[in-house]
Amino acid sequence: MDLTRRDVLALSAGAAVLALTGLEAAPAFATPEAAHESLMAFTGGKTPQSGKISLTAPEIAENGNTVPVSISVESPMTADNHVAAVMLLAEHNPNPGVITFHFTPMSGKAQAATRMRLAKTQNVTAVARMSDGSVFMDTKLVKVTIGGCGG
Amino acid sequence: MATPKPRVRVPKSASKDEVITIKTIISHNMESGQRKDKQGKIIPRKIINKFACKFNGKPLFSCDIQPAISANPYFEFNAKVAESGTFKFTWIDDDGSVYEAERSIEVK
Repeated sequence: MDLTRRDVLALSAGAAVLALTGLEAAPAFATPEAAHESLMAFTGGKTPQSGKISLTAPEIAENGNTVPVSISVESPMTADNHVAAVMLLAEHNPNPGVITFHFTPMSGKAQAATRMRLAKTQNVTAVARMSDGSVFMDTKLVKVTIGGCGG
Repeated sequence: MATPKPRVRVPKSASKDEVITIKTIISHNMESGQRKDKQGKIIPRKIINKFACKFNGKPLFSCDIQPAISANPYFEFNAKVAESGTFKFTWIDDDGSVYEAERSIEVK
């Protein structure tokens, strides 16, 4: 069989696609369902409402190894009405859980910032649980150019 | 890896009931347990899994950390200071080591 330049190009393109899909399948990524499960475990089965909490994250993260994120929740932060905890979830990371912040009335303001890893472009969710048990959430889509979970 | 070195930034003084911002960072690889070495073996997970801050012995802020936090974990949070005192910061490693730092603040 004679291989023309065109054949060679077509073949190598096919091989490249195969190699890519192979790589993509290697690390086991979490699913939105797994993220939903940990969310429900955190809220005690309640579906979070939107509002009160705001999540700040870059629209495009060049490096998924260190993505700055911050959360802030509207609350008077008094002994009977404060934010108890805020959980961050990344649904397409190998594990959906990222971090849980625990606040106290001494925090003054329910605000926190950190840097997280993102394996690929995905939704990042922040869920706040108030001292009275009500839950609020906010979601941001972060586009990732280089994934940050190894593999 | 060298012993993780914590760094903390707390204002030296504040007025009563002022809400201050505290920034902390600690040098740590935060090995996620997802990466493989050259032989294809998985490098075991070794991260800081808990961080806590106490003010005059009372819990102020803490976090439960998972491997999705970047290397050299950085945390920024707030505190409302009613009196002079000492902030105590604790980081707990997967291998059980505890790293600590302390800062005092004067309330005028």
